Amino acid sequence: MSITIDQINKNFGGFQALKNVSLDIPEGQLTALLGPSGSGKTTLLRIIAGLESSDSGRILFGGDDVSQLHVRDRNIGFVFQHYALFRHLTVAENIAFGLESLPKKQRPSKQEIRQRVAKLLEMIQLPELAKRYPAQLSGGQKQRVALARALATQPRILLLDEPFGALDAKVRKDLRRWLRALHDEYHFTSIFVTHDQEEALELSDQVVVMSQGQVEQVNSPTGLYARPESRFVFDFLGHVNVLSGLVKGQKLVQGDAWVSLPGVRHDQEAQLYLRPHEVQLSRSPAAKARLPLRIEAISLIGSEVRIELAPEGWQSDEIWEIGMSHAEFARQNPTRGELWYAVPDVGHLFVADSVQPRTIDWQYTEAANASNM
Amino acid sequence: MAVQNRRIGDQLWVRRSLIGLALAITLIMLVIPVVVIFTQALSTGWSAFAGNVMDEYTLDAIGLTLFVAALTVPLNLVFGTALAWSVTRFRFPGRKLLITLIDIPFAVSPVVAGLLYLLLYGRNGWLGSWLSNYDVQLMFSWPGIVMVTVFVTCPFVARELIPLMQQQGSEEEEAGVVLGASGWRIFRKITLPNIKWALIYGVVLTNARAVGEFGAVSVVSGNVRGETNTLPLHVELLYQDYNIVGAFASASLLAGIAILTLIAKAFVEWRQSRAEHATPEEGGA
Repeated sequence: MSITIDQINKNFGGFQALKNVSLDIPEGQLTALLGPSGSGKTTLLRIIAGLESSDSGRILFGGDDVSQLHVRDRNIGFVFQHYALFRHLTVAENIAFGLESLPKKQRPSKQEIRQRVAKLLEMIQLPELAKRYPAQLSGGQKQRVALARALATQPRILLLDEPFGALDAKVRKDLRRWLRALHDEYHFTSIFVTHDQEEALELSDQVVVMSQGQVEQVNSPTGLYARPESRFVFDFLGHVNVLSGLVKGQKLVQGDAWVSLPGVRHDQEAQLYLRPHEVQLSRSPAAKARLPLRIEAISLIGSEVRIELAPEGWQSDEIWEIGMSHAEFARQNPTRGELWYAVPDVGHLFVADSVQPRTIDWQYTEAANASNM
Repeated sequence: MAVQNRRIGDQLWVRRSLIGLALAITLIMLVIPVVVIFTQALSTGWSAFAGNVMDEYTLDAIGLTLFVAALTVPLNLVFGTALAWSVTRFRFPGRKLLITLIDIPFAVSPVVAGLLYLLLYGRNGWLGSWLSNYDVQLMFSWPGIVMVTVFVTCPFVARELIPLMQQQGSEEEEAGVVLGASGWRIFRKITLPNIKWALIYGVVLTNARAVGEFGAVSVVSGNVRGETNTLPLHVELLYQDYNIVGAFASASLLAGIAILTLIAKAFVEWRQSRAEHATPEEGGA
């Protein structure tokens, strides 16, 4: 069932949690609401569920206005951040709760409920835990039981609030994959809230980035990563290296550092955003840029070597981070304390107070220059 | 055992004298008086004790005391639960003030509470004079006693529930409502089991105080033997009549109730801590 969010506003006292939010959630897709804490993502999820009311605006499920419909009657599945399992009921009783709460006419027989619960326990791969109490389960097990409980009444919409937030990294990864598989099999419409960009990009079909009660950008994970449309989205999607300075004669300059900007003519303040994989390290400056940096730390764990560097002779609010393949690392052997030069391949320029960036591809311009000659 | 618990630098004499002092104070201030109550009550033998207890006025006092407790406890059970529910589940202006106001009966001397009720509901009081037009007399009869007892004991249940319900939060109830459960079903299946032991604990304390309340009741009762005399008031009356053994016999009943209350309280506390410390089992996800 598709979900339409139409101009939702919400205030808590003097604080505006949601500002005129409109969104379309397509049927059968897994959508992530991504944002830092306080961005309004959980509030939006709770309004969709009906656990919270909006000050104005409408919520539509499959074209029907449900804004005035009680949570009880919306027939959604909701998974809470801290599971919210009923601590005095067993796992099986927890899962059966929704079915037993159905009005008498729709309620399946006791026998049928038992079968449905057994099937759901099978689905979450925990049939041997039916008689346990929540306190006797691990975090990952609790989360699965919470999912089974939410799915027992076969809702068409599944809402998840930070579903993996309280789990350790390994369990989180397993559970993510499992949820994705479950979603692909049953094809309900799901929305999950997260502050973890990796989780959002890996799991979802569509990512909604939120900030300060507003939607910043909506796109597929690939589209979002390829074309962040604002400074906020850049900052939020992992680490980004920033050079702020003045544009002068097609160059961005700050202290001892400069980067050539072919085609940028106006003299003005600007920031160049470079992501760790869009920059290379070299022992000498290149023709297109001179960005001296001193190596502060080297992290070897992961598929790439992560090198942290501090500017030398210029300023940056945050430390720079540049990725290097293990093979390259072995060849070049950079060590802490050495002076290196960053050479950008692709960058994103924010000029003065423009909202959208302009992407600069030096490889492309170099190739173009070469073919012109 | 004791040696294992010692930390470096702990001095044995400090430890021993502190423990000794605590034990001595407990003995002198608490244990000996309780023992004296029972020895005094039984000083002229079992049959005299039984005679004193089976005395018509004593039986009346016991009956009235139990009757007042039987009305007070359910009233405060409902009131305390509703109050705890509203301050922990809803946000409204004046909520913090309400939480503070709950403690008024603890802060105010019971005698003052009794006087307030007398001023309000007495024959010449603001509400009492209006009620007496309809021939309703609350003070100097059992309704007055129940009213002040409710006032004095009303914080117990709410005080027990509020911290627990705050700590548990409302997520489980929200989960229930999302799953389509009615309000009553949520209360019965989710809320009530979660607060059960705290509720029972509150009831035990309420009952103990309702049975033993003296100050507030003495102001509004009028001390009519066989009619508005509760057990604590009866003890005082007997004592003033120089019926020492009779006074102690009745007092021993109250002490007996107190000891039963302590046992019940200890049991509930034990159950509560067991419910909270159910050990989670290790296991993969």
